[in-house]
Amino acid sequence: MQDFATTLWNAVGLILLGDADLIEIIALSLRVTLSAVVIACLIGLPLGALVGAFRFPGRGVVTVLLNALMGLPPVVVGLVVYLMLSAAGPLGPLRLLYTPTAMIIAQTILVTPIVAALTRQVIEDLHSEYAEQFASLGVGPLDRVAALLWDARYSLLTVALAGFGRAVAEVGAVIIVGGNINHVTRVMTTTIALETSKGNLELALALGVVLLAIAVIVNAAVMALRASAVRSAYA
Amino acid sequence: MFRRQFLSLALAGTLAATLAAGGSAPVSAADEKFIIVQSTTSTQNSGLFDHLLPIFKDKTGIEVRVVAVGTGQAIRNAANGDGDVLFVHARPAEEKFVAAGDGVKRHDVMYNDFVIVGPPSDPAGIAGSSDVVDALTRIAAAKAPFASRGDDSGTNKAELRLWKEAGIDIGAASGDWYRETGSGMGATLNTGTGMGAYIMTDRATWIAFGNKGDYTIAVEGDNRMFNQYGIILVNAEKHSNVKSELGQTFVDWVISEEGQAAIANYKVDGQQLFFPNAPAGS
Repeated sequence: MQDFATTLWNAVGLILLGDADLIEIIALSLRVTLSAVVIACLIGLPLGALVGAFRFPGRGVVTVLLNALMGLPPVVVGLVVYLMLSAAGPLGPLRLLYTPTAMIIAQTILVTPIVAALTRQVIEDLHSEYAEQFASLGVGPLDRVAALLWDARYSLLTVALAGFGRAVAEVGAVIIVGGNINHVTRVMTTTIALETSKGNLELALALGVVLLAIAVIVNAAVMALRASAVRSAYA
Repeated sequence: MFRRQFLSLALAGTLAATLAAGGSAPVSAADEKFIIVQSTTSTQNSGLFDHLLPIFKDKTGIEVRVVAVGTGQAIRNAANGDGDVLFVHARPAEEKFVAAGDGVKRHDVMYNDFVIVGPPSDPAGIAGSSDVVDALTRIAAAKAPFASRGDDSGTNKAELRLWKEAGIDIGAASGDWYRETGSGMGATLNTGTGMGAYIMTDRATWIAFGNKGDYTIAVEGDNRMFNQYGIILVNAEKHSNVKSELGQTFVDWVISEEGQAAIANYKVDGQQLFFPNAPAGS
């Protein structure tokens, strides 16, 4: 058994040397995950803000549903998306099964409730502060949502990162709809699962550490972006 | 003002999404010659496909995309039309697949064999045996832990058949000494070796497996542990999206002299993993 430090060092070495296969896998991981997070934000932020800022019948039910959907099991989402995209399924003619697009769809379904539910909470809290001001200034509903989203943007950045964390670490859904096909739909998590099943535990673990490092880099980049935005806002 | 900033934020987000989706895209599915092969974990985990597919691609320009799952799931996926070729190891289920009109024709491709691996302590005293039914009877009598795939895979089906032949009702022992992991071969080997259980595995996966610990082969060489692989083109008459021509090219190559030689040439640690046996001239 090769010792762990050596394996980890080899894995890092592969990246530094620009190992084409590993870089491709990392790039696909980021492409799938970031696409899913961006789409989930485009849906989840306005949705969460609407539920958070306005009162309407059934709002409690919607809130409970959004919160509950944060716990969607990835395997179940994968299965449902598979059944939809399968040649025998309703969306079969689109030929999306076993493509990165299918993986993005599955992860978007997983991440959207997280973004929407957390956004709702953030916006609701902020709205209770702003409600009186809005009323006295006669701000219209659309401007209210826009103002709340804008003022909560730093909290919402953390919301997006929560969604990113869920998506980048997820294996159950992408392995079903992507098929873990080499050079086509193989991402970091499915590679780790594959290496584990081959009994290459050290390599699997080393790849896990690499995945963690990528998550740290993405989070650090977002935080740095935020810090520079805050500085320029007060400059 | 709020609205303008919000819009520009949304615009930036959309742009980022477009970049993320379009940038660094190595794959555009539409204009490439590729087929999807539904296959099993044993063929992938053993590295056979990594050896065969580049040879095939060099010759024909056809890219083969392998989805490696258990035989049961592979057959179900193919029966949904989600694949052009089925390459698995469970003959009765394969023949049913063809009989149901989901497959065109089944061809023998190659074989290897199953073995039972066990811990050095050998609690059932079966090491060195070449009588699998006797070995299973001893395992049951000693109530020695046995880790089963429990996932309707080809290996699982073969194992259940052998228990039946030994006249042992493993359903009653499930959760006791008989433990169903419900996972692939590699995962079951990881779990089984961790709990000191006997495990039935195909020889190819075992030879290529990287986490053997102190386990060795306890039972081997019984004709009843023969493991035949077959290949089937999915039937385009039933599943209209199947790429019959490309799929048939792959099937023909695998059972051709050249494909068979490539299978025989694949070795791990100097050991041949699969033995081609497609009928000559087919």
